[in-house]
Amino acid sequence: MNGRLECNSIIKQYKDGRTALKSVTFDIKLSGIFALIGRNGAGKTTLVRILATELLPTSGMASLDGNDIIRDAKNVREIMAIVPQEARPIQWMTPRQTIISSLLWRGFGYGDSRKRADDVLDQFGLTGYKDKPNRFLSGGIKRKMLVATALASEARIIFLDEPTTGLDPISRKELWDVLNEQKKKRFIFLTTHYLEEAEALADSIGILENGELLAIGTMEELRSKVRYPYTVRVNGGMDLTSIAGVVIQENGGYQQIMTSKEEAYSISKRLIQNGVTFSISPVSLNDIFFFFAKRRVDGEKE
Amino acid sequence: MVNAIYAMKNYPIMMVNAFVSPLAFLIVLTLVSRGALFGVAVIGGLIMALTSSGLSLQGDLVHFKVDFKLQDMVVSSPTTAFIYLFGMAISELIYYLPGIAVLLAMAFINLKFGLFPTLQVTGAMILMFVLATALGFMLSTHISDIMESWAVTGVVSILLSTIPPVYYPITYIPLPYRYAAYLSPTTYAAQIAQQAMGYIHFPQVTIDIDWIVLIGVSVVLLLISVKKTRWREI
Ligand SMILES: Nc1ncnc2c1ncn2[C@@H]1O[C@H](COP(=O)(O)OP(=O)(O)OP(=O)(O)O)[C@@H](O)[C@H]1O
Ligand SMILES: [Mg+2]
Repeated sequence: MNGRLECNSIIKQYKDGRTALKSVTFDIKLSGIFALIGRNGAGKTTLVRILATELLPTSGMASLDGNDIIRDAKNVREIMAIVPQEARPIQWMTPRQTIISSLLWRGFGYGDSRKRADDVLDQFGLTGYKDKPNRFLSGGIKRKMLVATALASEARIIFLDEPTTGLDPISRKELWDVLNEQKKKRFIFLTTHYLEEAEALADSIGILENGELLAIGTMEELRSKVRYPYTVRVNGGMDLTSIAGVVIQENGGYQQIMTSKEEAYSISKRLIQNGVTFSISPVSLNDIFFFFAKRRVDGEKE
Repeated sequence: MVNAIYAMKNYPIMMVNAFVSPLAFLIVLTLVSRGALFGVAVIGGLIMALTSSGLSLQGDLVHFKVDFKLQDMVVSSPTTAFIYLFGMAISELIYYLPGIAVLLAMAFINLKFGLFPTLQVTGAMILMFVLATALGFMLSTHISDIMESWAVTGVVSILLSTIPPVYYPITYIPLPYRYAAYLSPTTYAAQIAQQAMGYIHFPQVTIDIDWIVLIGVSVVLLLISVKKTRWREI
């Protein structure tokens, strides 16, 4: 009972020899929202499944609130719920039946389950769909319904593997509101490809790349790790090599560079003189993500 | 358990299937044997319904696990493997309940035998159900693809339901081949039931051995199932 999620040198090598996690270590508070970001195949789902006691790590250990995920799996399972990445609701049930039966499985009584189901459907704006068989629902509604199923329970720890994939922008915002409300009472561990989502929702963020945790912390902590506070985005090819900073993205159309306040000021003067269009903004999670991803690649080259 | 009720409520065809499948064999056999084998077929139908509910549990669980990630969701929740197995087994049984009810009604109306044979038949049936269910559950946790599941169902159902003489007396099989039937636990259950009802007349020793084998095989398979169930993946 320490209110923390501790993960110590977790390594996962699948049967086919592929190493999905290369010694992941971190320690965060079990409250608010934690977002894990990373590219396809980075190992997010693998880590979530290990922490949610679905998959055995090859080595290393982890604990939730002081309960070891292997030895005390029973205790951990008592307090959690998950929506796996590829979960789908059972076709022939309705949303209401889906939620009620999942609550019955968790040990709620029928009356209690019904009430909770109706409440959560209402909270998610799904009341209009509650009695339609799931197979008639659109992909996004199904996704929302599964998240609602997990949140209908009493679980204090919720794992959501890419909860907003496939949601339209408005639904995504609605789900953010629900999660922001829910995080007051419980810990939500989510994975996402949408960096703005992590930035908008998460109290702390982890960047996973190729099985390695590149960085972890609050948005402020991550910002301070990259040292440069500004990103300059320059349209068109201009030689930026003389500038003190890090080029984080380059392609035919534009270049993006992270730099200090002073450099940002002098570049903008030069760019204006040369009539090149550009923009300056404070470093975003997007920039931080590319910064760490690029540093890893550069590091490998050396 | 509610799953099955919801399924039948939303898909009435499942209810029809539940009635039809155990009855089809019964009708064919009764006609072919001109009524002589009616009793064997009724009891055979009951044993088969319970065995196949265990087998189809395997297929359904794989379907739920692969296509809906239900196993993942259940693992990461307070629901234990045993409760999951129990709930799903009962719900699988519910699918077969209509058929079982009809068969039971037929048995009560048409077959007359005493309390002790009834208990014997019931015992054999329950053992088969527990055995098939545990086996199906264990297998389902190892299978990662629905195609693989179909193949496994094919193999296991040949073993448990095609080879064994469930719908006709075992004495119908000529001797050297009869031994093949003894590979399947279902054969022992059927033999117990057929003897209890007086369709076959083996020495009591044979039946005692049947019980020992049936219980022994059940216990061994149950132990294997409990030990080998892959609840958390590796
Ligand atoms: N069951 C498995 N057997 C073998 N390799 C696997 C298995 N599951 C995942 N992998 C491999 O492990 C690595 C990490 O996969 P994982 O699913 O954890 O990534 P992810 O970050 O969730 O990706 P995505 O964003 O696409 O969901 C990948 O290289 C993948 O191919
Ligand atoms: Mg994933």
